[in-house]
Amino acid sequence: MRVTAPDFSQLRLDGVSRRFGSQDALTGLDLTIQAGEFIALLGPSGCGKSTALNCLAGLLPLTAGSIWQDERRVDTLPPERRGFGMVFQNYALFPHMSVRANVAFGLRMRRLPRDEIRRRTTEAIRLVHLEEHADKLPGQLSGGQQQRVAIARAVVLEPSLVLMDEPLSNLDAKLRLEMRTEIRRLHQSLGLTTVYVTHDQEEALSLADRLVVLRAGRVQQIGSPQTLHTRPANWHVADFMGYRNLWPMRAQSAQGALVEVEADGFRLVGDPVGDIAPGEAVMAGVRPEDVRVDDPGEAATNTMPAEIEVVEYQGRELAAEARTAAGIRVHLRTDRRVAPGDMVALIIDPQRLLIFPNDSDEQPSGPLVDEVGTRLEEPGLVG
Amino acid sequence: MATVTGIPGTGVPGVGPARPRRRLVARPAAWLIWGAVIFFFLNLLGIVGSVLVSSFGRQWFDTWLPEGFTATWYSDAWNQFTLGQVILVTLEVSLLVVGLSLLIGVPAAYVLARRSFPGKRAAYVVFLLPILMPPITYGIPLATVLYKFGLAGHLSGVVLANLVPSVPFVILTMTPFIEQIDPRIESAARMCGAGLRSVFLRVLAPLLLPGMLASAILVLVRTVGMFELTFLTAGPDSQTLVVALYYSMSAAGIRAQQSVDAMAVIYTSMMLVLLVIALRYVNPTQLVARVKEEPEP
Amino acid sequence: MSVTTPPAATTRPSQSPRVHWRHRLAERGVDGQLWLLAPAVLFVVLLFLYPFFYGLGLSFQPTEGGPFSDYARFFGDAYQRGTIWTTLGLALPAALLNVLASVPIAYRMRGRFRGKRLVTILLVVPITLGTVLTAQGLLNFLGPTGWFNRVLLALHLTDEPVRLVHNYWGVFFSLIITGFPFAFLLVLSYLSGIDPTLERAAATLGAGWWQRFRAVTLPLLMPGLATTFCLTFVLAFSVFPSAVLVGNPAGETRVISIAAYQAAYEQYDYPYASAIAMVMGFIELVIISVVLLARTRLYTGSSGGKG
Repeated sequence: MRVTAPDFSQLRLDGVSRRFGSQDALTGLDLTIQAGEFIALLGPSGCGKSTALNCLAGLLPLTAGSIWQDERRVDTLPPERRGFGMVFQNYALFPHMSVRANVAFGLRMRRLPRDEIRRRTTEAIRLVHLEEHADKLPGQLSGGQQQRVAIARAVVLEPSLVLMDEPLSNLDAKLRLEMRTEIRRLHQSLGLTTVYVTHDQEEALSLADRLVVLRAGRVQQIGSPQTLHTRPANWHVADFMGYRNLWPMRAQSAQGALVEVEADGFRLVGDPVGDIAPGEAVMAGVRPEDVRVDDPGEAATNTMPAEIEVVEYQGRELAAEARTAAGIRVHLRTDRRVAPGDMVALIIDPQRLLIFPNDSDEQPSGPLVDEVGTRLEEPGLVG
Repeated sequence: MATVTGIPGTGVPGVGPARPRRRLVARPAAWLIWGAVIFFFLNLLGIVGSVLVSSFGRQWFDTWLPEGFTATWYSDAWNQFTLGQVILVTLEVSLLVVGLSLLIGVPAAYVLARRSFPGKRAAYVVFLLPILMPPITYGIPLATVLYKFGLAGHLSGVVLANLVPSVPFVILTMTPFIEQIDPRIESAARMCGAGLRSVFLRVLAPLLLPGMLASAILVLVRTVGMFELTFLTAGPDSQTLVVALYYSMSAAGIRAQQSVDAMAVIYTSMMLVLLVIALRYVNPTQLVARVKEEPEP
Repeated sequence: MSVTTPPAATTRPSQSPRVHWRHRLAERGVDGQLWLLAPAVLFVVLLFLYPFFYGLGLSFQPTEGGPFSDYARFFGDAYQRGTIWTTLGLALPAALLNVLASVPIAYRMRGRFRGKRLVTILLVVPITLGTVLTAQGLLNFLGPTGWFNRVLLALHLTDEPVRLVHNYWGVFFSLIITGFPFAFLLVLSYLSGIDPTLERAAATLGAGWWQRFRAVTLPLLMPGLATTFCLTFVLAFSVFPSAVLVGNPAGETRVISIAAYQAAYEQYDYPYASAIAMVMGFIELVIISVVLLARTRLYTGSSGGKG
């Protein structure tokens, strides 16, 4: 399959909103996608990411806003006339058609000459390594193979934009990693522009050029994987990006660029995200891998004496939960062989302890995906 | 329920004793239940069998079996009741009803299965009301209206009247078939550039074929067997087989009992042939009614 | 295309009013696809609602007297009024018996066993045959010289033939013969919709079979039983051919449909016939509503089995 030159330079979402009855599913999404980019829409279930994708595809009409492909307005077009390709979570293959017929379907809809249909179909099937299965029905294929068919069906049309709706969430962990590489490879080699919806932060970080984090229908942050990983814009994003330790505290005083925070007489120094005034309620967040374990009695900045309570074996490292003298629960990862009951000192580099303003009463939810990548139930999305 | 007593107080509660305990109690209940079922079937056999035997019987008074056997009642019945014509009408009516009710019912079932819109619940109730009402209740006003427009007494009136319970029935049987199809398959087709027409013709129609076949055969069986509505709207040359059978029965004494029986057997065998065909495509429960809970609002 | 602009207060930033208007409707689920409902709506309006309301209107325009005189005539005449009780006296016990007998039998048969399909197929036969043929069979089978009485005589259970046709019992039996399989198959499908692991879970918690049935299966089955009762009752309530053929249509089985039929097709008094049909529909709907209302008090959520 030839690498397609993108036929547009940018796609612009302008205040895209969608309501269901009285419920706002997506509010004012502004986003400009450059041709050739890989964008991931990321967020917990019900955050509006699938709504955004379906609005983009034309499967859901917008409540307000507009979508522009360069100077062409596309949100008023029906899905079949937008020229986008889409890969669905449960593949949505036509069960009564062979692999070949599935892939050829879109070309047939465009009334292309028979020869061209055959040539392009064969090429697309080769691209996803399914040559031997071309005449089987989808029901005879494994999940991974079905996913490849779905991808071939979407890219055979050389769409200006490929939309992917959690395409890997129905696969097992090993296959998911394989297909991840495959998707990135196709994106690069075909010069596609991709919008990819997922709730798996690891998947989004590894695939995308830019991430859009959504929460309750609103954009929380748009940025590169690195920015999101190291510098979440607020504690909700941090919560979602793997900051398992989030402690509600109160700001005390500025210490140069840093800020001192306090809870129940227990003090820490961290790096403020945004403006924080003394006395303000804050959320202090740190990733488990940024908590260092040392022998008791150590006295660096941000040292907390603590007792190890729970230990999980995770290969080279251990994931542990400790409780400080002040009663704060700390998640950490370490290669030290700690055991429940051990007394240790926990040290956090002030640069790695992010201090977010905390304006809501909400509690952090913890990450949706654990370290092994086991997906938690996301009702309504599983087919 | 029978016999609850006799559960021996032995055994600790738990999984272990559950099995043997159940056996001990279940036995008399099982006998009772199987007995009832067998009794029911024996009676059923007697009902169908006595019609069959009588239709072949030469004369049958006060004996276990007729005095001799003959097939002449069949040719009698065929000629007396102009059965050729009646069967032709029956087939015409049934096929027209099947075709029309699919044409009307399937698109409606699609919308009701897929979409939510204001007033959906009300629409659902109105569509199902004809099934929940005794045919005589709406049949009499319906027949009056059809007579007013000069449609009753003809084939068209019989077809229209039979549509009333058939369309809801198609909607009822098709809805689960449509719900089974993932809406994302339709979305996928549209993303591939298929317009609404192509989605219906190339994707949905082939996938719904088994469902349409099932509901077609169910409507066929029900229409051939539908008595009340046809009875109220049929004229002399638009009677279906059941109605003709009813008339010949209520005129008993004029016709020989056996030739009425012969006609009944012809009707029975027609229904059984349909039934055998039907059961290739649907399970027995569907013949009765497809029970579906009310859709969530 | 003329489109009314929405009031200024509710206007949101939007490019054109046309799109806006479409979007607002689409948001509520109204769009072009709903046209697919049009044939069915037309059908239901023309062939069901219009005749129904026409009949309703007709029932208030009697050939003589004020608007309610046909209803007054029906309720004033003991012979006519009595058809209500005759019908209920047949339909209620028959429907109740059909449903209640179905429960234990379906409960026993809900698992897999050899010949289950055969049993269900045999049960479909009387439903397929319909009431007219059943009536013919009952006349032969239960008649004074029929096989049933012969067996009773041969077994010396009775000295002279029992009268089972051309009276209440003939109609009652015909309602059982067609109604029981109907109820049974419905109850069976409801029962197999209940996840069997629920009962196993109850067993691990120490419940005996009766407790399991009583506390787990029956509550989950109750809504289904209510629906089954309604459908069986509708069948029995509209009894017509068998009441004429195996019953005593001038006396103890003169059901309300016979009264309506006679008014329409023997006296050609359509307003009166419509009035009777309305009374019939009203009584039936009242009973069904009572049952369905009681049903809403039951648990009607998922029972965990096949969707």
